[in-house]
Amino acid sequence: MRFSIRGSGTDGPASGTQHEPEGAGSALEDPERVAANTVAPTQAEIELIPEGGEVVSTGSPWALILRTFAQNKLAIIGVGIVVLVVLFSFVGPLIYRTDQTNTNIIAAHLPPGGSYPLGTDSEGFDVLGRLMEGGQSSIEVGLAVGFIATLLGLIYGAVSGYVGGWLDGLLMRLVDVAYAIPIVFLFIFMAEVFRPNLMLLIVLLVATTWLIPARLVRGEALSLRTREYVQAVKVMGGGSWRIILRHIVPNTIGTIMVTVTFQVANAILTLAVLQYLGFGLPPTVPTWGSMLSDGTTFLQDGYWWQIYPALFMIVITVVAFNFIGDALQDAFDVRLQER
Amino acid sequence: MTGFIIRRLGQAIIVTLGVTLITFGLLHALPGSIARDILGPRASPQAIAQFNHQNGFDRPVYTQYWIFLKRLAHGNLGYSYIENRSTDSLLAVELPRDLVLGGISLALSLIIAIPIGIAQAVRRNGVMDYAGTGVSFVLYSMPQYAIALLLIQFLSISFHVFPAEAPQSGTGLFSDPQGLILPVLSLTLVTYAQFSRYMRSSAIDTLAQDYIRTARAKGLSERLVLWRHLLRNSLISVVTLVGLNIPLVLTGTLIIEQVFNYPGAGYEYYQAALRSDYEVMLGITVLVGVVTVVGNLLADIGYAILDPRIRY
Repeated sequence: MRFSIRGSGTDGPASGTQHEPEGAGSALEDPERVAANTVAPTQAEIELIPEGGEVVSTGSPWALILRTFAQNKLAIIGVGIVVLVVLFSFVGPLIYRTDQTNTNIIAAHLPPGGSYPLGTDSEGFDVLGRLMEGGQSSIEVGLAVGFIATLLGLIYGAVSGYVGGWLDGLLMRLVDVAYAIPIVFLFIFMAEVFRPNLMLLIVLLVATTWLIPARLVRGEALSLRTREYVQAVKVMGGGSWRIILRHIVPNTIGTIMVTVTFQVANAILTLAVLQYLGFGLPPTVPTWGSMLSDGTTFLQDGYWWQIYPALFMIVITVVAFNFIGDALQDAFDVRLQER
Repeated sequence: MTGFIIRRLGQAIIVTLGVTLITFGLLHALPGSIARDILGPRASPQAIAQFNHQNGFDRPVYTQYWIFLKRLAHGNLGYSYIENRSTDSLLAVELPRDLVLGGISLALSLIIAIPIGIAQAVRRNGVMDYAGTGVSFVLYSMPQYAIALLLIQFLSISFHVFPAEAPQSGTGLFSDPQGLILPVLSLTLVTYAQFSRYMRSSAIDTLAQDYIRTARAKGLSERLVLWRHLLRNSLISVVTLVGLNIPLVLTGTLIIEQVFNYPGAGYEYYQAALRSDYEVMLGITVLVGVVTVVGNLLADIGYAILDPRIRY
């Protein structure tokens, strides 16, 4: 029963409320009928039946998805790690205050211990404090890129898949072209031509990562546009934008949520790779990637505290987002859901 | 089938043209001019005009693009005004080295990923599955150069097993095969991280197919089921996987080459970036773009040929 309403349930509040009492009411009918045989119901009691149905509809698709998600241990670990990392990066600096703007050459390359729990780097910055600061920009870039790229890909893919025909062909060939241009190569080129800053970095990362959601959403939109409720809106004179925004986009929510999570992970990772390849940000904007790539210069000197803490932060954050993405994928995948 | 291949080929040609158009556009959007770079800041306007005329830089943009296309069609990827050599002559030396590094690593990663993926799928949710998933998750979540970094730390610095630098140009690649081990091992792990999760889920999907149940139901030994039915059908998706992952393998090569100073095309790209040699950079970008398009094309066609269920 839950699945019979899943399609229309996510389809918008208007049609959802129309369907749910019916579907939920039919489930209640059997026990009520049993009761009806023993005690004859009055007309008023029969009319109350659909009202009772509303209470039972706690098994909405969202509750089911949330339950499947919460049953996944890795997902809970992932959410826990993300919360800890966010607290570490954003609340940490309020408790553990360090100077991350003025270099202090006298205190450079100090091993962990004393007033520096994780030592200092080549500029004399406290590594622990810098990990917190670096976490802020790494997470901000990751979230910004993940959300903007997915939003862009969502609209692009929905339009392409819904309109179809030659426009779809053209838009998808553009995606193919952008996909064929190697990201890392393009970035090194851009780093040579422009002076890198945070904004440019986000724009470039978005420009190269919206392709995946665009392709995924387009695939879904292609199949969604043939559904009866979309046809019905068309017959009733609903415009293309209304169909795309009210019916196509909400139905791709599963794909979208999964994609956002993976995109955030990928953006954090790509950021780290780019900074190793020379797409450096000014030292006032530390990131885990820049810390790691600076640290690798001193690999032979054995300054492990300049390398592995940053690597650890990158890996656990990316792993955590991937855990969440995988769990969301399972939760939205109807084939794997409990029935 | 023929119709599908022709249609797909047409798409590939359009996409390749798009790649060249963007690359050409980037080259043109650059600030400054090649003439200034070559002739120096004190060159007279006449000398610059003459240089531009000789090299065709004073002609309309579309004519220049047409010349650029014709040049590419002849396999000419451009000219390095800084090195005073053609990009082709640079790549002629470097590409074979990439083939050695990329080819061996790709083969090794498949040899590792296929059996492990199948084993994980067969014993799903077992200890080995969790261990395998854990390893590939961590590898996948690491910046690619960090994998190389860890290998250098443990196999080169802590325990002096292998050298941390690849054999350099001039001495020949196989003069010091020991130096190849760490680059190949790193790229293998990078590629394995991309493949392993696909391989596992593809094997799980195959295991759920009816023909596997039929094979078991008619009493085939598990070994025969795995070898004849599961492995062969999982290999179909490997073809697609390799084709679609060519861009990732190539960028991985670039990063690994950079870490180990491996003198291949990726390293050349990086060196070209350091000396602001845009023509070489864009020549290599076009080459990688074309390889990507061809890889996707071959993956689609290979899939259509190998899987008789697919009809276009």
